[in-house]
Parts: sequence; structure tokens; C-alpha cells
Amino acid sequence: MNTPLFEFLCRMGDNTLVLGHRVSEWCGVAPVLEEDIALANTALDLIGQTQLWLGMAGEVEGKGRDADKLAFHRDVWDFRNALLCEQPNGDFGQTMMRQFLFDTWHLIMLKALADSSNDQIAAIAEKSVKEVTYHQERSADTVIGLGDGTEESHMRMQRALDKLWPFVGELFIGDDVDDAMVEQGIAPDPAALRTRFDNQLDAALAEATLTKPADDFAHKGGKTGARHTEHLGHMLTQMQWLQRAYPDASW
Amino acid sequence: MYAQMIKSTGQGVKSLDEMEPDERAFQERINAGGKIEPKDWMPEGYRKNLIRQIGQHAHSEIVGQLPEGNWITRAPTLERKAILLAKVQDEAGHGLYLYCAAETLGVTRDDLTRDLLSGKMKYSSIFNYPTLTWADMGAVGWLVDGAAIMNQVPLQRTSYGPYARAMVRICKEESFHQRQGFDIMMKMANGTEAQRKMAQDALNRFWGPALMMFGPSDADSVHSAQSMAWKIKMNSNDELRQKFVDQTAPQAEYLGLTIPDKTCKLNAETGHYDFAQPDWDEFFDVLRGNGPCNTERLEARNKAWDDGRWVREGLLAHAAKKRSAKLAAE
Repeated sequence: MNTPLFEFLCRMGDNTLVLGHRVSEWCGVAPVLEEDIALANTALDLIGQTQLWLGMAGEVEGKGRDADKLAFHRDVWDFRNALLCEQPNGDFGQTMMRQFLFDTWHLIMLKALADSSNDQIAAIAEKSVKEVTYHQERSADTVIGLGDGTEESHMRMQRALDKLWPFVGELFIGDDVDDAMVEQGIAPDPAALRTRFDNQLDAALAEATLTKPADDFAHKGGKTGARHTEHLGHMLTQMQWLQRAYPDASW
Repeated sequence: MYAQMIKSTGQGVKSLDEMEPDERAFQERINAGGKIEPKDWMPEGYRKNLIRQIGQHAHSEIVGQLPEGNWITRAPTLERKAILLAKVQDEAGHGLYLYCAAETLGVTRDDLTRDLLSGKMKYSSIFNYPTLTWADMGAVGWLVDGAAIMNQVPLQRTSYGPYARAMVRICKEESFHQRQGFDIMMKMANGTEAQRKMAQDALNRFWGPALMMFGPSDADSVHSAQSMAWKIKMNSNDELRQKFVDQTAPQAEYLGLTIPDKTCKLNAETGHYDFAQPDWDEFFDVLRGNGPCNTERLEARNKAWDDGRWVREGLLAHAAKKRSAKLAAE
């Protein structure tokens, strides 16, 4: 069993699982019908990517756990998603700001993974890039539109950015797992993605007339599983409930 | 059927000889199987009736997201979650085509939305029932989408072009929805004891409301007679209900589930299933706003609309700024 590879795949899959779940909470209550469709579409893509990442994680682990087993039968400390993904939806602005920050990182990451030495990872990344390109275009457009919209929408988007900013840094903090991935040519060094991220972010925020917080403090503990926020546990009680309540059933 | 109790002119169907030349030409075109397009002449009653019908259908798709959205976050596997998301996304899409079809008749989506939110326009009674277990996702697909298809397949031939074309696309997706619902029911009916219990309970709760979807008997309704003459209603409510029972009863048997109606049996003489009428008092209660979920559904839609106001205003303001910047640059 390749432990760092398993960890890495869980990080990718848990990001998409947890964020996909959050986005799916919007079902039927978006500000306009087109947004209902777009949010459902984004959630659907992310859940599809989860099936691929966690499916591969299960194969790599070799203990007979499939994607569903990993998604529905692990507890909070086993989840490896970035803290950003588990943050609550808040208002539509906060949801779209979270999406924009994640999508911008995600797209850069996936483009790098498309050149992975691991063919299966490269193939998953290549498929995901197509979907996430659209997610990023849309979330960036929405952040720009609402940032540079009315006084109220601007205020709400700035508040969302200020609130979520401390969860961005974690995406770029490397550890032993990342070192092992870099060594094997499987994945890039997270820190190496920062410049491209900042450039894209700065350009969009300028157009959105939003101000990046000066303080670069970063909460961490999601991708290592060391310390999630309180929000994840509540999400899992809902997400995993049926599987946990009826463990002998198949669905 | 997602449109119920649609009022027509209420004046009864005129004969061709009673019609003015425009109306006569219009009716003859319909009688010959032709399509009416947005710019064609049409009687005011036809236009109003269609707006009510298409609007109610669109609203049903929108409100219909809620009982299923209730289970997206609790879907038991990743695949089920993905399928349910795809289904709800389709429904929002159906709402969108239908609002577009209605807009060709001279109303705006905002007008229709206002009438939904104020309670002036209705949506199908079925969406005022709660979804209480995962088996309800199966029952909704199997029974609710199954009943909707009964009405929507013939509407592909309806006289109004944009409505007929929207219905072609919608029907393709609805049949996928129904199949996925039946697939959930099969899994549940053949599953553990608890799952079988959930499946039977879902059928017990949704059988009557599904039969009500077709509306009360309209054999003597002047509204229905006019709608049928205009080919915006293709079959009577009783015909469609019978067809639905004939299709569904053997499927329940195949699943090993019991339809909650002791009289529901194949009648060798007629070749159709006999069945008991659903509780029409309950139906009228639901229509009056007293269904189990009427209040929550309308509150949820109103909250979504109110909470989204700043978003809509923000995006419009941005679009206006961009337009004026573009004009200034030219």
C-alpha cells in the first residue's frame, strides 16, 4: 500500500465530496432559476469527480473499501479536505466566493496533475479540467458581477472574502505527503501554485473592486485531518446518516 | 399531470359556423393537426388558457425541486446523489423551457413568479406532500413522474408549437426520471426488511396523491371540452388516470408491493384495472392551501426569492455598468 498516495487521493476526493455536498444544499432555493441549474451542475460535477478520486483511493489502499465506503463510513478525523470546502454556505455571495477561491486553486492544481507521472491521475485530472474550467469562469464572473454591482452586493462580497480568506492559505501549505508526491512526479508542490493563484485572484478582485485582506494568516488542519472546523461533523451526520443507520442495506 | 383544474373560457365550445373568419381559420388549422406559432392570430381565451396551463406546469417543476432536494444531502450513495442532482437539475431546466414557452404568449417570467409567490397561481397538488424516507425518492420517480408522463407524452402533439417542442425534450428526461425511481423502488423492495417497509409506506402515502394529479373527473367540464377542442388538452382526466393505474398496478405486483386499495384488480371484462377514487375532499383541501406542506413550500420559494433580491439587483447593476462603459468606449 502506498500511504502518501492514498492520503493524496483522499485529499482530492474529500475536497470535491465536501464542497459538492455544500453546493448541493442550495437545491431549489437559489436567487434565480439559472443559478439553481448552475449550482446543481457544479455539485454534480464535483460528486462525479469524488467517485473517481475516492474510487482510486480505495483501489490504492487495497482493503476492499470503495468510494462509497470511504465517503459514508469515515469519521471527521479521517477526512482530508481543505477547511475552505467545509465552511457553511452563508448567503449566495459567501457560497460563490468560496467557490471562486476553491475553483481558482482547483483548476491550477488539476492542470498540473494532467501531467502527472501516474496515468490514472492524469486521466482524472484531464476530465476534471474540462468541468472545472467552466466552474471557475462562472464563479469568477459572479464574484466580479456582485463585487462591482450595487453597494449592498459589494459589501456582501467583501465580507465573504474577509471571512473566507484565512482558509485560503492551507491550500498552499505542503507536508510529507506532498513531498512524496513531488518526489514521485505525481503531483506539484502546493507552494509552487501560489504565484499563479495570486495573479489570477488579483486580476479578478481588481475587476470586482474588492480588496484582498492584508493579513495572510492561514487556518490549517483540514488536509492533514489534524483539526477540522466544527462544521464538518454536522455535515457528516446528515450525509452519512442512512448508511450508518442501516449498515446492512444496499441502496 | 402537472396542470390541474385549468379554467378555460367557460363558455362552451363554439361550432365552426358560429366563429368569425379568423377564429374559424385558427380552429380549422388545429383540426387539421397544424401548429399555432407565437405570431399567429389566436383567440384571447386560447392565449390566457395556455398561459395558465404552461405557467402552472413551470411552477410545478420549480416547486417540485423542493421535496427531492429534501433528500439530496441524505442520498445514501454517491451514485444516488449524482442521479438525484441530475434529476433536480433537469426539473429546473424544464421550468426554464416552460417559462420561455409562456413568454412567447406575452407574459414575463417575473410576472409568473410573482403570481406563484403570492399564491395566485397554483402548482401541482402533489408537491404539497412531504418526502419522509429515502423510498419516497423512488415513489416520486415511479408514481409522480409516471403520472406526469401520461399527460406529457400526448402534449408533444399539442397545438401550440413552443409548448409541444418543450414537451418533446421534457418527455425524454421524464422517462429517465421514472426509470430511476423504479430502480430505487426495486432496490428497496428487494432489500432488507426495513427497506421493504419504507417502500410499502411510500406507496401507501403516494398512491392517492398520484391519482389526484390527473384532477377530478372532467367528463362534464366545459373548460376541458374547450381545451380539448383547442388541443391543449389531449385526453380526459379519467382516461389518463385509468391508463396510469393499468400501467402501475402490474409494476407494484412485480415489486411485491401492495397498492393501498383493496378494490384495485384487473377486470377481465373491461381488460382494465378497477380502482377506488382517491379522497377528493383531501384534494380540494390541498388546493385551498391545507396540504401537509403548502405553507413550507411557498415559504421556501418566497424566502429564496427575497434572499436572492440583492444578487439579482447586483448582477443587473453590473451588467448596466458594463453596457454604459461599452457605449462610452464606442
